[in-house]
Amino acid sequence: MSEMLLEIRNASKIYKQRAAGGVSRDVIALQDFNLSIPKSPASIITIAGESGSGKTTLAQLVLGFTHLSSGQIIFDGQDISNADAHQMKDYRHQVQAVFQDPFGVYNPFYRVEHVFSTVISNFKLANSQASRRSLIETALNIVGLHGDDVLRKYPHQLSGGQRQRIMMARAYMISPKLIVADEPVSMVDASLRASILDVMIRLKEEIGISFLYITHDLSTAYQIGDQIYILYQGTIAEKGNTIKVIDEPKHPYVQLLVDSVPVPDPDVKWVGEINLPSDEEMRMSVNSGCRFYPRCPARMDRCLTAQPPLYKIDEVDHDASCYLYDQNEIAVVKNNP
Amino acid sequence: MSQQKSQKKPVLEVKDLRVYYETPKGDVLAVDGISFDLYQGETLGLVGESGSGKSTAAMGILQLTVPPGRIAGGQVSLDGQSLLDLPEDKLREYRWVQLALIPQGAMNSLNPTMKVSDQIRDVILAHEGAKAKNGLKERVLELLSTVGLPGRVYDLYPHELSGGMKQRACIAMAIALNPTVIVADEATSALDVVVQRVVAQTMLKVKEKLGVSMIMIGHDMGLMAQMVDRIAVMYAGKIVEIAPVRDMFADPKHPYSELLIDSVPSLKERKPLKITEGITHDPRNPPPGCIFQLRCPFVMDVCRKDAPPMQEVKPDQFVACHLYQANEDGSFIDVRDVVRNT
Amino acid sequence: MATAQTTENGPASAAVHTAKQMGRFNRWDTPWLNTKLLLGIGIIASILLFGILGNLFWDTKLALTGKSPLNLPPVGITTTLGGTLTGTWAHPLGTESSGRDMLALIIVGAPNSFLIGIIAATVGMGLGIFLGFTSGFVGGRTDDIIRLLSDVAITIPALLVLIVIQSLLRQVEIATIALLISLFAWPTPTRLIRAQVLTMRESGYVQLAKLSGASTFSIMFREIMPNLIPYLFASFIGNATGAILAAVGLETLGLGPQRIPTLGGTIYFSIQGAALLRNMWWWWGIPTLLLAVMFVGLLLINLGFDEIANPRLRQSSQ
Repeated sequence: MSEMLLEIRNASKIYKQRAAGGVSRDVIALQDFNLSIPKSPASIITIAGESGSGKTTLAQLVLGFTHLSSGQIIFDGQDISNADAHQMKDYRHQVQAVFQDPFGVYNPFYRVEHVFSTVISNFKLANSQASRRSLIETALNIVGLHGDDVLRKYPHQLSGGQRQRIMMARAYMISPKLIVADEPVSMVDASLRASILDVMIRLKEEIGISFLYITHDLSTAYQIGDQIYILYQGTIAEKGNTIKVIDEPKHPYVQLLVDSVPVPDPDVKWVGEINLPSDEEMRMSVNSGCRFYPRCPARMDRCLTAQPPLYKIDEVDHDASCYLYDQNEIAVVKNNP
Repeated sequence: MSQQKSQKKPVLEVKDLRVYYETPKGDVLAVDGISFDLYQGETLGLVGESGSGKSTAAMGILQLTVPPGRIAGGQVSLDGQSLLDLPEDKLREYRWVQLALIPQGAMNSLNPTMKVSDQIRDVILAHEGAKAKNGLKERVLELLSTVGLPGRVYDLYPHELSGGMKQRACIAMAIALNPTVIVADEATSALDVVVQRVVAQTMLKVKEKLGVSMIMIGHDMGLMAQMVDRIAVMYAGKIVEIAPVRDMFADPKHPYSELLIDSVPSLKERKPLKITEGITHDPRNPPPGCIFQLRCPFVMDVCRKDAPPMQEVKPDQFVACHLYQANEDGSFIDVRDVVRNT
Repeated sequence: MATAQTTENGPASAAVHTAKQMGRFNRWDTPWLNTKLLLGIGIIASILLFGILGNLFWDTKLALTGKSPLNLPPVGITTTLGGTLTGTWAHPLGTESSGRDMLALIIVGAPNSFLIGIIAATVGMGLGIFLGFTSGFVGGRTDDIIRLLSDVAITIPALLVLIVIQSLLRQVEIATIALLISLFAWPTPTRLIRAQVLTMRESGYVQLAKLSGASTFSIMFREIMPNLIPYLFASFIGNATGAILAAVGLETLGLGPQRIPTLGGTIYFSIQGAALLRNMWWWWGIPTLLLAVMFVGLLLINLGFDEIANPRLRQSSQ
């Protein structure tokens, strides 16, 4: 049996689109993506990226809502792409999710308890009214809520923070091994975000549930993530230990990203102006070469030849996909200053 | 309450503005008596969490409040002219020409069936009439370049532009008529980090070039630190502190301002998360006394009885909090210091 | 130290009191008590009650031919064309040239016209729900076929085809007409429901249901169906109105059921009997008036539902 909870190998997802005139313009959402989450210790793996990075596609793939174009997703030793309905249901018992929109996930026709009763009956989590009630109550207490306050209400009667915490409670109640949290706090008011992120940390430390935390917000990733993968247009730009990567970013895109997060200190302003390249320039390296070429201040001719592989930045847990870190390249520069 | 500044005259004065919403169970006091001045050429940040009333206040100032909301009191004056009792046709002369708005999700308010340049032309022609037709193309091209958009955008439709470009097009529309005041309501909220930086830097450039005064509404304290000259902090319909941005971050006076600054997740060091709740009281039934009493870690008996007045505890730093008591010589002491030292 | 205490005095509490008083709304202000809706329901209900309970206070056999004096005007009016005739209370709305009493005719006829419309709408909606749901949810080839069929069916001019069919069938009953009309009533609900199902299929709660291990069947009926009910309701009213209109149209052209009195049929006979020439305005006037009232009632119900569904329309009326 493998020691990996989740392994994604060489995953690619291509959306075929036929633009006007019959010219096919495929969208490469994810390319040769690799990721592994160990079974223990439980960890929060952050997938960070902007729109178009492929992070949403990754969530959809891991949750089984869509299928890979190539590659494998292996959960607990089993490839989920050829899972039948029964195996899929089993998978759902082990991998749950919390989504971005705390309102859309609730069916407006039903009271809030509906989200609990569906999973209890589908996964056969309780066999009596009493055990059902106590199961829900325990789950709600973990997130700091009480059944009497929320269960009989309709979704629009609760705040965004409460709704999202209920989603966490629901996910916890199923006792999954992995929870995919797809931008769980971006639609929640800033003052309530900490309480939800805190639930995630507690579930990880006290219950041992791992998280795949997908976000565009580097600050929250920095605060709660153990490992981080920073995506850029479907490829991994940099990955490794969260603190190391964000304290010392190596990939030019990640450097730009970290630089652009506004610092709450009026004396630390953004330095320099950024000009976003034009559309033709953006398309230059879409099909071959490094995706970041059009915007990279350190670009070289070599960068147009092929997407750079992940190079080790140092021996411990820090990789970046940039030719600048190719040992040969560094050797060349050292010899010709 | 007005701030006496001998060297600058306020272009916008808001006095005791109240905007209430009617609901079946009573009025929601969304904006409950806020006052501030906006000076020529400055950017004032209006920051607060969800439910603080900041967007409602912006709509009230622009006279864009719609039922079930209504302006229940107060005064708004632009360049000395009171706006609240102007009839609709006179108001239209002010809107866009003097007071422009960049709304949140502005990119979704662009007409998808018209070219971007046509929409900007429309705005200009609608307010300046046919005489503006001369040199209109040059004018639009100049606007586009001011916001950093390349000239080819002139012929493009909104769907052919990226999110950041659309937002900048909206900024171009807002400055088209050289307004005195621009209200930006969460103008960068929906954008990616790098794009947000580009749009924010564009706004700063525009402000510098045109000398326009701006009210920036948002909830991101980090962004505020980059963009504004002064910050006003709102909580549940009231302004609790107004200060120059450096003073606010270095030495926040109101406990809520401290809370807001503390809860910004840092990118520099890992600290335990600061867990807070949202607005805990019913907005229809605010507690008597200080609006923040239910969440304040320093609440005292007086806070539950009397609403604290706005006091200038340091030059140009105003706070409404009972922690600050005035001495005879006009300086202020912090009650917490007294307690600590005894 | 931080216990919340309520104080009863002070200027702040006075403000609270005023705020409460300003709430002019009370429990009666729920969106369902919409003026238009209630008025419309009132009109339709009274017409139906009138028809259903009519035979308790009026002899409906008078609707048969030859049971009453001919050509009587309504009570209190005297006509002189072809002899002097004065209305009596025995026939307050007058009679027509075959000796049918007008009051009896509308008592029997109103519910009949209504009934045809309701049956046609129900069958049409039932078909529409089934096809629209399947089409939207299953997608693929099935969706393509159903969509093609409904698009084609919509373009067929209903009244024209109905007239042709009806004129070939000499004798028709209510059920026959209703079923024929329903053949043209299903395409619009199908398209409407399909569109709604397509939207709901992408919603967050359907995704969550999938994640919760729900079967396709369960998602269709437990998640999506309940949210369709308001649309079904509103669509039904619109359908019924259209069906009644079609039925009346056919009746007025003489293609309705002959043995059974209907409002449209009465108008047909009035045209046949040259009521206009003979100045027997009550013969065509009274059924027409009743039809107009019925349609106003249906229209008000429709508008009322629109306002309930779309809160932005409510301001103008309340």
